[in-house]
Amino acid sequence: MDIANQLQRQFMDYSTSLHREGFVDDQFTQLQKLQDENSPDFVVEVASLFFEDCEKLINNMARALEQQQGVDFKQVDASVHQLKGSSSSIGAMRVKNVCIAFRSFCEAQNREGCLRCLQQVTHEYSLLKNKLQTLFRLEKQILAAGGSIPIVE
Amino acid sequence: MVLGKGASSSLSMKMADGAEDMVNNNNFTVLVVDDDPLIRKLHDMHLKNFGLRAQVVENGKKAVDLCHVGANFNLILMDREMPVMNGAEATKELRAMGVNSLIVGVTSCGSPNEKQAFMEAGLDYCFEKPLTPDKITFLLQELNKNN
Repeated sequence: MDIANQLQRQFMDYSTSLHREGFVDDQFTQLQKLQDENSPDFVVEVASLFFEDCEKLINNMARALEQQQGVDFKQVDASVHQLKGSSSSIGAMRVKNVCIAFRSFCEAQNREGCLRCLQQVTHEYSLLKNKLQTLFRLEKQILAAGGSIPIVE
Repeated sequence: MVLGKGASSSLSMKMADGAEDMVNNNNFTVLVVDDDPLIRKLHDMHLKNFGLRAQVVENGKKAVDLCHVGANFNLILMDREMPVMNGAEATKELRAMGVNSLIVGVTSCGSPNEKQAFMEAGLDYCFEKPLTPDKITFLLQELNKNN
């Protein structure tokens, strides 16, 4: 039981830091609350869907921005819009914030600005993916040690 | 009620056959219309938490088709941007068909103009994503008022 307590501690500290550093917001907490015995993998599944979404959308944006003949900013914007929607629904705050800035550059048809945002959004997505994978690993360890996963508000 | 046994199985039906046995606090039927599987999953889970069973479809046309064959929903959660038929078109068609369910837009908000145009298609309310327990509570209150 001692190991489980230690791990729970670690989990809570890690969770708190994710919130504090803005990686996730309250929406993510809501997701964690939705998970129950009937759907024990809900958050992991939603996170996987989100990462798939990210990869697909980031590729779309990159391709659209590469067009030498002239960038279709509407197309880029459509992908950013979708990513903004998914990221706010899952609580991926930093990704969402980059999307907000990204949309302004699309509207202004500013290719340089868009490319910068694309870089940023790719970066934030990787960071978040790592962070969440660490979090999920901790959860698994807690469960394996016989403990339960605390909800961190 | 919803579709009979002979209905097309190309839709993603969440209703089990023994639906009557299901403990459903509210007895309200909900349709979630969104092209993003992430959002469909999220909304379905949120609704489940309130004891609501939702059907989920991935575009406006599927929603219209469902209602066309006689499906009846108390609440329809409609995304704005979808392929094949978007939320505004679907809402217009549903209203033209005489559907008077509570239709609520759930969108990653565009400009106030876009929101306005969406409302004018026939929505009762338009919320920004994400759906939250507060918003669902509010909608349940509205549904209880009307029934």
